[in-house]
Amino acid sequence: MNQNDNILHLSGIIKRFYIGKPNELQILNGIDLDVKEGEFVSIVGASGSGKTTLMNVIGLLDRPTEGKYIIDGVDIDEATDKDLSFIRNQKIGFVFQTYNLVAKTSALKNVELPMLYAGVPRKERTRRAQELLALVGMEDRMKHLPEELSGGQKQRVAIARSMANNPAIILADEPTGALDSKTGRNVMDLFHKLNKEQGKTIVLITHSTELAEETGRIITIKDGSIMGERAGKGQ
Amino acid sequence: MTMLLENIRMAVTSLKANKSRALLTMLGIIIGIASVIAIMTVGNSLTMSVSTSMQSMGANNINVYIQPRETEKEEKENGIVFGTIERTKELTEEDYFTDEIIYSLISDFEDSIEAISISENVGSATIKNKDNSASISILGTSRGYFKANEKTMLAGRQFSGEETQNMRNVAIVSSKFVEDLYECEYEEAVGKDITAELNGEAVQYTIIGVYEQEDSAGMFGASSGTECYIPLTTAQEFNHSKNYSSLSIVSKVGVDSDDLAKRIEAYLEGYYRNNQYFTVMAFSMSSMVSILDDMMGTIVTAISVIAGIALLVGGIGVMNIMLVSITERTREIGTRKALGATNSSIRTQFIVEAMIMCFIGGAIGVVVGVGLGSFASSLLGYAASPSTGSIVGSLLFSLAIGIFFGYYPANKAAKMNPIDALRYE
Repeated sequence: MNQNDNILHLSGIIKRFYIGKPNELQILNGIDLDVKEGEFVSIVGASGSGKTTLMNVIGLLDRPTEGKYIIDGVDIDEATDKDLSFIRNQKIGFVFQTYNLVAKTSALKNVELPMLYAGVPRKERTRRAQELLALVGMEDRMKHLPEELSGGQKQRVAIARSMANNPAIILADEPTGALDSKTGRNVMDLFHKLNKEQGKTIVLITHSTELAEETGRIITIKDGSIMGERAGKGQ
Repeated sequence: MTMLLENIRMAVTSLKANKSRALLTMLGIIIGIASVIAIMTVGNSLTMSVSTSMQSMGANNINVYIQPRETEKEEKENGIVFGTIERTKELTEEDYFTDEIIYSLISDFEDSIEAISISENVGSATIKNKDNSASISILGTSRGYFKANEKTMLAGRQFSGEETQNMRNVAIVSSKFVEDLYECEYEEAVGKDITAELNGEAVQYTIIGVYEQEDSAGMFGASSGTECYIPLTTAQEFNHSKNYSSLSIVSKVGVDSDDLAKRIEAYLEGYYRNNQYFTVMAFSMSSMVSILDDMMGTIVTAISVIAGIALLVGGIGVMNIMLVSITERTREIGTRKALGATNSSIRTQFIVEAMIMCFIGGAIGVVVGVGLGSFASSLLGYAASPSTGSIVGSLLFSLAIGIFFGYYPANKAAKMNPIDALRYE
């Protein structure tokens, strides 16, 4: 497999905390992972398996201690913190378990936020945000504040927001974890829609094997190492 | 630019979310700015009002007085130097300015002097008309007096040469006097007789003119009487005096009155060289105005320092609440970072928020201060005149407080680790 076809390329990723201290802790023990464009991949593991740390590394919220990570052709070893902000803004769309919408700020403004940091002009921002909210079926709740929305609605706004700058990948961390099964189902359907219709690469992090089964590829992680991978029903 | 606008919008949103907290935080700034503006307004109103009343007395005027000569002996006691003034002699007729001195002054300073005004105090009296009464102080004046004091005639006329020469009992009264005593048109008052009791002697004067009494600053008391002018010669006759204790000189347009005052003082000093006890002193009104301005400047500086301390405390309050705010909004900061906000955009966001908070506080402070200052000025009887410079200065200063005290919390927010910030509960 040529690594240039991969939107994500991780090799030998090690992450240690409290380096040089007596309580030094190694969370990731050399992760090798490649994700192709348009894939819907799930990373499954119990809590404490290191999947959140891996997601932080993939999402450029944290740098690996060792190993090589190339995202959409950019080697993050050579990137400054400011570059990382730029890559997060341009190439990654985050969806969190707790939605993390900015409080007291309308759904529309929340979706505009990544475009604001990208320097997109105001009119263009609003137009695109409206389009995205319509895509997730929230066109009639655009002016609502997060506190006026249900969990499922909030997550749909968050998904619209993750799409704002048309990123290379969407990184979803337990996106249905705080939702009941019905709304969780809707959110999952939305991810499938984005993956199929928009060709978005999606990395889903979950502890639920049931959800993982829906995706194209399932990667199981345990104690900071990849235990195995297999094809899911999604592809 | 769009980023700045967005930052301002975000700041307003976040302040709106915590209205009462924002208001309480602003209170320090509001009080600080309001007190500066209030005091500046009162000070400015006072200066303006006193300056204008001095201007109306004639800024080009030079007043000349006779004053006791300070001896050159200085006694040293316990290392403290006392300038001693020997008051061994009362001021007498011989020490006064004579006609001769005044004529020579006029002829020698022909190019610089517009008019000389001389006044002679006669006494005070209360004039009654039915239930009304008005108090006046009677002053004998030369014809230059009206020019020197910039009095405007509303009715009647000034003294004629004949009246001055023959020491007639004619009087020019103030508009206020007419209003208080007769409650009639100014023209109707002309020709009326008033009787004043002076030194146990009833003297009758005929009103020949009415001058405009300007609303003088309440400084000298609104209820006090007005001046009533009679010819100088009439006054001298009454007082049995021939010479003058003081002069008021109007300089010609374009003449530096400070310089003229010095030249006149030096000139008149020549006449007093042989006078052991007395000498002359001349000073211009404009130098008085500048002394007053200096005094005001000192007071304003002193108060600004105190208000500066209030603002410092207010600024620390802002910093404190900003620190609380960023702790509360840790998750938001993490989210923003995950969405691509750089450290500098987070820093700018919070600095702008602190600036907006201080600016709003400053603006409220300006409004409150102008209100309080105007109210206080009007209580003291001055026309309120807020100083534009101090308003603009205060607003800029509150923005500066925002930057200064907002920087530390904003920087703390900017340096937050996105993972920790996202995980924060």
